[in-house]
Amino acid sequence: MSVLQALDLRRRSASSVAPPPAGKAPAVEVAKLIDVSKCIGCKACQTACLEWNQLDQPIGFFDGTYNNPPDLTPASWTVMKYTEYENGDNLEWLIRKDGCMHCDDPGCLKACPAPGAIVQYTNGIVDFVSENCIGCGYCVKGCPFNIPRISKTDSKAYKCTLCSDRVVVGQAPACAKACPTQAIYFGTKADMIAHASKRIVDLKSRGFQNAGLYNPQGVNGTHVMYVLHHADKPSLYAGLPDNPHISPLVGVWKGVMKPLSLAAIAFAGVFGLMHYVTKGPNRVSESDERKATELAEGDKK
Amino acid sequence: MTVEAKPVSRYTTAARINHWITAVSLVLLALSGLSLFHPALFFLTDLFGGGQLTRVIHPWIGVVLAVSFLGLFFRFFTLNFWNRDDSVWMKNLGAVINNKEEGLPELGKYNAGQKLVFWGQSILILALFCSGIVLWDTYFFDLTSIDQKRLAAVAHALCAIAAILIWIVHVYAAIWVKGTLRAMTRGSVTGGWAWKHHRKWFRQEVGKP
Repeated sequence: MSVLQALDLRRRSASSVAPPPAGKAPAVEVAKLIDVSKCIGCKACQTACLEWNQLDQPIGFFDGTYNNPPDLTPASWTVMKYTEYENGDNLEWLIRKDGCMHCDDPGCLKACPAPGAIVQYTNGIVDFVSENCIGCGYCVKGCPFNIPRISKTDSKAYKCTLCSDRVVVGQAPACAKACPTQAIYFGTKADMIAHASKRIVDLKSRGFQNAGLYNPQGVNGTHVMYVLHHADKPSLYAGLPDNPHISPLVGVWKGVMKPLSLAAIAFAGVFGLMHYVTKGPNRVSESDERKATELAEGDKK
Repeated sequence: MTVEAKPVSRYTTAARINHWITAVSLVLLALSGLSLFHPALFFLTDLFGGGQLTRVIHPWIGVVLAVSFLGLFFRFFTLNFWNRDDSVWMKNLGAVINNKEEGLPELGKYNAGQKLVFWGQSILILALFCSGIVLWDTYFFDLTSIDQKRLAAVAHALCAIAAILIWIVHVYAAIWVKGTLRAMTRGSVTGGWAWKHHRKWFRQEVGKP
C-alpha cells in the first residue's frame, strides 16, 4: 500500500533514512482539507475509498446511528461520524469524515519496531508498508487519533494512505474526487491553509464565531485538516481530540528507555567481566573439603 | 589435586528440568523481546523466523515461562524467606564481592543474594505476565483501553530490562562461584562447597546441626 519507488522518504520506522537524491527540488507538502461545514453526509467518500483501494468491507450490524460501519476497520479506512449537537435551541448535525490525519510528527511511525513498516514521504503522507508490518499493534499505541486497525485476516495494520498511489501521479485522493459538494479539497498544505482561512471568514460572517482550522500543533500539524464551525471544541465532532499529542508514555518507551536499557545491560555485562578479572573466581579450598568431610564423618572418628 | 568431600544432593532431577525449561524460555523471551524493543536488535527476529513469527511466538514462550516459573516458585519459596542472617550478609556484601565471606553467619540453602534474585524474578515475572496479557492483541485486544496498553508497554519493557539485569547477576554468580553450576547440571555439589557457602544447610543435610 505504498509507492516507495516514486516518492522520497522523510522518515522510515525503526531505521534511519538517506536524504533525497542531490539536485532534486524540495518536495511540496500536500494536505487534504475537509470542510465539515460543507459536508452533507452522503458517504460518497467512503464508497470511493473502498472502490479505489479495492477494499472489501464485510456487511456488519446496525448500531442505531448513521455511522456505517460504526467505526474504522481494517477495510474501512475512512468512516463518516455523525453527531447530533444541541446548541441552545438549535440542533446541529455535525458530520466528520474520520480517518488518518497524516501527522507531521507521526506517533505510529515512532512507535513502530519493524524497519520500514511505516514511512513518511517528503510530501508529508504517512504510509504503511504491509510487507514489512509484523502486526504487533505498536502503531495503535503510538497514534493519538486511534486510527490504525489490525486485520484479523493477515495480522497487519491498515489505515488511509491519503491515496499516495494517486498523489504520486498528480491525482487527488479518491475521496476528494468523489465528494459532490467539494467539502474535501486537496492540494499543497499552504494552499489548503489559505483556502481554509477564506472559508473561516465566511463561516464567521454566518454566525459561527468560533469557526477555525484544525491543524493541531501537538503533532506539529497534520496533512489532513478540518474546517470546523466549533474549532474551540473539536471533541464535539465524535471525539476529535482537543489537543492531540503522542502519549508521554510512548515518548518514554520509544525515547530515553531504549538507549538507557541497552546501556544498563552492557554495563552489567562489563561489570561482571571486570569483577572476574580483578577479584577472580570464588573457589572452594582443600581445607573446605577437609572440614566438610570431618563434619560429615565426625561420628565415625 | 583437591580431595573432594562426599557430594551433597542439592537439586532433584525434576527441579533441574523445571529450572532449565525456565532458563531456556527466559533466554528466548529476552532475545525475541529485545528484537522488538530496539531497532538495532531487530535482526534477532531472524532467529525466530522473521518479525511476524517473533510477534506470534514471544507470548507463547511467555506462557511456558510463567507456568514453569510457577513450578520453581512453589518448590523454593519456603526456603527463601528473609531472616536476620540475611540482613547481616547484605551489610557485608562488600566482603562477599571481594571473596572474603569468612566470618559471616552460616547460611541455609540460600544466601541473601540468591533470595533477592528469587523474589525479584517472582515479582517481575508476575508483572511481565500481566502486562504481557494486555499487549497480546491477538486474543485480548478488547479487554483494555489504548491508554492501558501504552502503560503496559512501558511497564513490560521496564520489568523485562530489570529481569534481564537480575538474570545477568544470576548467571555471573554461577560462573564466579566455582562448583555452583554442577548443582543445576548434575544435581549435587561437593561437601566443601556446601560447607563453605551454605554451612547451615550442609549441617542439616549430613544430620549434624
